[in-house]
Amino acid sequence: MAENKIQLTKKDRLAVAWRSTFIQGSWNYERMQNGGWCYALIPAIKKLYPKKEDRAAALKRHLEFFNTHPYLASPVIGVTLALEEERANGAAVDDVAIQGVKVGMMGPLAGVGDPVFWYTVRPILGALGASLAISGNILGPILFFVLWNAIRWAFMWYTQEFGYRTGSKITDDLSGGLLHDVTSVASMMGMFVLAALVERWVNISFVPVVSKVKLSSGAYIDWNKIPLTHAGLQKAFTDYQNGLSLTSYQTKTLQDNLDSLIPGLAGLLLTFLCMWLLKKKVSPIVIILALFVVGVVGHVIGLL
Amino acid sequence: MSVISIILVVIVAFFAGMEGVLDEFQFHQPLVACTLIGLVTGQLIPCVILGGQLQMIALGWANIGAAVAPDAALAAVASAIILVLGGQGAKGVGTAVAVAVPLAVAGLFLTMIARTLAVPIIHFMDAAAERGDYHKIDFWQIVAICMQGLRIALPAAAMMFIPTASVRAALNAMPDWLNDGMKIGGGMVVAVGYAMVINMMASREVWPFFAIGFVVATITDLTLIAIGALGLALSLMYLTLTKKAENNNGGNGGNGGNGGDSLDDILNDY
Repeated sequence: MAENKIQLTKKDRLAVAWRSTFIQGSWNYERMQNGGWCYALIPAIKKLYPKKEDRAAALKRHLEFFNTHPYLASPVIGVTLALEEERANGAAVDDVAIQGVKVGMMGPLAGVGDPVFWYTVRPILGALGASLAISGNILGPILFFVLWNAIRWAFMWYTQEFGYRTGSKITDDLSGGLLHDVTSVASMMGMFVLAALVERWVNISFVPVVSKVKLSSGAYIDWNKIPLTHAGLQKAFTDYQNGLSLTSYQTKTLQDNLDSLIPGLAGLLLTFLCMWLLKKKVSPIVIILALFVVGVVGHVIGLL
Repeated sequence: MSVISIILVVIVAFFAGMEGVLDEFQFHQPLVACTLIGLVTGQLIPCVILGGQLQMIALGWANIGAAVAPDAALAAVASAIILVLGGQGAKGVGTAVAVAVPLAVAGLFLTMIARTLAVPIIHFMDAAAERGDYHKIDFWQIVAICMQGLRIALPAAAMMFIPTASVRAALNAMPDWLNDGMKIGGGMVVAVGYAMVINMMASREVWPFFAIGFVVATITDLTLIAIGALGLALSLMYLTLTKKAENNNGGNGGNGGNGGDSLDDILNDY
């Protein structure tokens, strides 16, 4: 067999990696990512199986059910490429082995991809971009788009190559420490940043005035005693800078009171409420619509 | 809107629709989709602001397994078109955000329809595989992706043929209290996305990180990048320390295999 061994070149593997970008394109309720998976492998199948019946068998083999995180499909593709290559060169790799590797890897890998990409990297990059964009800064979207795609493409290519090099051994590597470390660092860092986002971006402001205290003289600027001259204005502004109040009353809203406990407390409580509702299986859409109603009603009655 | 703008908006919508299912380049994220629509209609800055606000709401929306999230693509594209047609500039952002949410629900149904329509496409692929005809499989894959693109492009095209004047009139008819109330609601809605993410990630082990993060964020001088760096550093320290502790335990018990097993257990729990 050694005289004409068929090998996948880097060009072939790049073609597969590029096509795997479209793995979810024909996502369907019957076999989920199967169409995209087969589509991704076609350059390799074309090269490895010149005979028509072999090719048909390979295509059918890769139209079986498959579903994982779209980026974490890359290491599985890498391993499958290695296995198919051995098979095409006469090794005894049967359908069951290939199917077994695919199914065995897709579950645990999806469990890594969702928290790392959807729940850590995207919220963090998204919030970073959005916080710039809200003030009208075009850098926000650009930063998000460029960073995300750089990370995504690097991840997909290197994990596919890693899978290809290590072949079927990858399943052992994955149950080792590295993947676990990545997931746990992602979830810790994710929680840390999420808390910061809750503090910064969940905006509730309770406007009712809870106290109105008459200030003692000397604690506010007494406008009747300020002469409207240059010197007088200068004194008024200096007083203001020194922290004197502009009016003779000090008003405190409900929000000021809450903020003196810790700023953002109301937003935090609202987030906990949403978490609880979600756990009670209330649809997020219902909660979102309800919050808009609360916003409008609260504003009309003068609470928010 | 000029003919060229209309065509470009439809193309942007097509890409957003594709990405709504692919989830790769992120053209469907409001931050990107709204910005692109702003770019092709010449209203860049208001659309960037809209994208930022919608992105904050959509942070936790993700397609997990077979579950479909509210559709960020339709929400982003349609509300950006409304913002542009309304002609209120940055002032109209609050209203556009409120419009986006029901649209995200409508988009959810369109996504489900498209994913069901993909089932017969898979059967065409089966038939092609039987004959060893990979060109046909390529063809049907591309058809499926285009179908997802049209899912957003068609509604977007339809929206642009609503006369600008009637959109403007409808937006102007909104009383101030409704507008302001919607803005206040928009400030709170963000919490839902965060709650979804926290529910997914929270475990007893990571709650202290949440507490520290919240307290640190009250220091307004710290930017998000600074907070991210701090979070990463703390997580890495924690990881190193737990590893050291695990090694010590393994040494004391005289059983090196223990550490590996517990790691496996944790991984299996995911």
